[in-house]
Amino acid sequence: MLLAVLSGFILCALAPWLTRSFGERAGWLLALLPAALFVYFLTWVPAIADGESVIITYPWIPGLDVNLSFLVDGLSLLFALLISGIGTFIIIYAGGYLHGHEYLPRFYAIMFAFMASMLGLVVSDNIITLFVFWELTSITSYMLIGFNHEDKNARWYALQGLIVTVAGGLALLAGLVMLAVAAGGEYTLSGILAAEDMHAAPFFTGMLLAILFGTFTKSAQVPFHFWLPNAMAAPTPVSAFLHSATMVKAGVYLMARLNPAMAESDLWFYMLGIFGALTMLTGSVMALRSTGVKAILAYTTIMALGTLTMLIGIGTEGAIIAAMTFLLAHALYKAALFMLAGALDHETGTKDVTKMGGLRHVMPITFIAACVAALSLAGLPPLFGFIAKELMFEATLGARGGMAVFTATLAVLSAIMIVAMAAVFALRPFTGARKETPKTPHEAPPSMLAGPVVLAGLSLIFGLAGFIPAMAIVQPAVAAVFGAELSVELYLWHGINAPLMMSILAVILGLVLFWKWDTVLDGFKRLTFIDRFGAERGYERFMDAIVWVAEWQTRILQNGYMSNYLLVIVLTIVGLTGWTLLGHTDTPMPLALADVNLYEAVVAALVVAGAVFASVTRSRLGAVATLGIVGFGIALIYVLFSAPDLGTTQIMVETLTVILLVLVLFRLPEFINYSSAGTRVRDAAVALSLGGLMTLLILAVNDATVAEPISDTLVAWSEPEGHGRNIVNVILVDFRALDTLGEIFVIGLAAIGVYAMIRFRAEDKAQ
Amino acid sequence: METLMAFVVGALFAASIYMMLRRSLVKLVIGLILLSNSANLLIFTVSGLERGLPPLIAPGETLPAGGWADPLPQALILTAIVIGFGVLAFAVVLIHRAYQVVKEDDLDKMRSTDT
Repeated sequence: MLLAVLSGFILCALAPWLTRSFGERAGWLLALLPAALFVYFLTWVPAIADGESVIITYPWIPGLDVNLSFLVDGLSLLFALLISGIGTFIIIYAGGYLHGHEYLPRFYAIMFAFMASMLGLVVSDNIITLFVFWELTSITSYMLIGFNHEDKNARWYALQGLIVTVAGGLALLAGLVMLAVAAGGEYTLSGILAAEDMHAAPFFTGMLLAILFGTFTKSAQVPFHFWLPNAMAAPTPVSAFLHSATMVKAGVYLMARLNPAMAESDLWFYMLGIFGALTMLTGSVMALRSTGVKAILAYTTIMALGTLTMLIGIGTEGAIIAAMTFLLAHALYKAALFMLAGALDHETGTKDVTKMGGLRHVMPITFIAACVAALSLAGLPPLFGFIAKELMFEATLGARGGMAVFTATLAVLSAIMIVAMAAVFALRPFTGARKETPKTPHEAPPSMLAGPVVLAGLSLIFGLAGFIPAMAIVQPAVAAVFGAELSVELYLWHGINAPLMMSILAVILGLVLFWKWDTVLDGFKRLTFIDRFGAERGYERFMDAIVWVAEWQTRILQNGYMSNYLLVIVLTIVGLTGWTLLGHTDTPMPLALADVNLYEAVVAALVVAGAVFASVTRSRLGAVATLGIVGFGIALIYVLFSAPDLGTTQIMVETLTVILLVLVLFRLPEFINYSSAGTRVRDAAVALSLGGLMTLLILAVNDATVAEPISDTLVAWSEPEGHGRNIVNVILVDFRALDTLGEIFVIGLAAIGVYAMIRFRAEDKAQ
Repeated sequence: METLMAFVVGALFAASIYMMLRRSLVKLVIGLILLSNSANLLIFTVSGLERGLPPLIAPGETLPAGGWADPLPQALILTAIVIGFGVLAFAVVLIHRAYQVVKEDDLDKMRSTDT
């Protein structure tokens, strides 16, 4: 299993080299890996279909109990099969689509990294591992969307997708950690799903919203849906892969995965039900007003994601069966349709369906495959999509809490529009009179037809023989999502019932809509408010606001005035430390002045007087001289209070300082008062507040000892261990010798700096 | 004695911050010197002041006779004094150099990097 997950990353490193070596046939060769993975996952099917769920654990850091664990059950197997199976065709397809492209080796490398991340995501048992793979899919898809990096739009849309999904990822991380805490410190999915009393956690609502923010952004739910159609800037193989089996379904996967633990929550039910249904409708409406082949498909993907979210939210047995069936059906037809869209674009040179026509004679295989896949999209018998749609209608009618009318109405409305768009996609480019296109079309190469034909064929086979997918994969997947064993049977014919009536209604109205589509399009063109007030405009506003705030705070906080920086720092210290001090001091501080000797008081007074005089004098010499008084006064204090070493050091340093100041300062201008009286008063107040704070701080901590000091040990070791009788010296050169080495280094560096600056001055003069 | 020292340290901090808030380069340097002195004195004070008990061991003994002042803060301050001097020397020369290049002592007129 570990090898299965990591093999994609290994091939990612090898792919560029293989592509260069094998040239033309590289796509077919590289597709062997996903094909092998597909076969590997197929071998799991019998065991999983029997209701097993397997956890494979690799010790990672055994001492810390950190393991790499993988979970294989119906749900992860369904996803793994889709990823590896569709991935195989995508890799072959890319060989034809990007034939001769300069960056093809790079494309394969990112594609394999993406595929491996996605596989890792769906089989991870540890939620932190899951999160790492989740973010990896965001990053690799960023590189894939921006693959045509010379195109400004591609770069912009890639960044947009990245920002939206990674913002969600951040929330997801918080949500997952809360989830683990709520489950009693359990970081494995299997453990979380087995945990009890999770709903009792006080932060349950926050956790749920954080997780949903992550899944909604990833799976392009309203109002975060705008990034997905923009991701069409990617080459078509990427769009086909991202929008059928993978990336965008990661959010759906996680919601399905957590469903057993969350389904009891009403918030979960309403959030998923309402947002899912709205997303479904939004996707359908947006598809209806699109004319680009890829845009139509992208919006129908949003419809599908909304449907899946809604079904998981409804959460009844029938809804979960519908969700898993719909997931499989959608992956099959959507991957096929995208690859066909790419073939159309590739052969005709245009993406606009209104500019194509009469292609059925030149591209017959493409036409047939498009018809089959589009029938599945529209949900017509005998395709697998029909079964999925019937189940979906039935599930919306069974929603609890008064939601049934809402979900069922929206489902029918969206189905009408999807039927129309399926017809547009399958018929517009191929029937009618031939239209002139930028390129002269002919049938696409085999590498570009293999995927659509096989996947469209599967849609047909699964529709006619529903028991194959039902037993093999849908039933175990439903069991995993529903959290209980049950049996699933999929048939085309359910008898004459409400869902069938809804389907018939949708098809009839959908065909009417198709017939009048040109009129509808004109109508939409006049409704420009969608572009002005849409969610994407909100995103742009938000990004502008971030830039505005950044500029504003730079102007305020980092305006280049030295005094401004200092004021911010000092006031922050006074505010925060003062606040803490107030909260921790309840007894009045003792003011013990009785033990002060007269000579000590004189020294202290000298130091204070020197500091004050140095601050107010207008004479440079006076300032330097009083600074000397302060320094020597402090040296006296050191000597008086048992620190002779400090005293001698301070005297030497003070002497050097005075000499240095006299040498340098007198080359600088006289003291001038630049600032106004008001500024000086403000500065004095700020300075006094810090001084006052320091005084209070010393008074407050004077008698506080929080831990046993290590000094006594150092004193005891000094003579026997350090062989020195001056304990301060022993500490400096022995116990803390590394510190002293660092100190020597700093002094050396300062000396070099000083030397260099003086040197350059000499050179300047020489010029 | 710590009470008195608390006020001394407070006054030193206030004087240093006031000087650093001035717009003159020279006053900034004076503020820096005061600041490093006040920080040292702060550490020295909060570690407890003892009269006549230097952490020195007489020959033939293994411990200072009659108790000792805490040697660890002293070692830290000693390091700080020396480093403070290194920083000061560097700052003074840097400021001198800056003045030579830009012919300006007013910090508020030295806001951009290309003067």
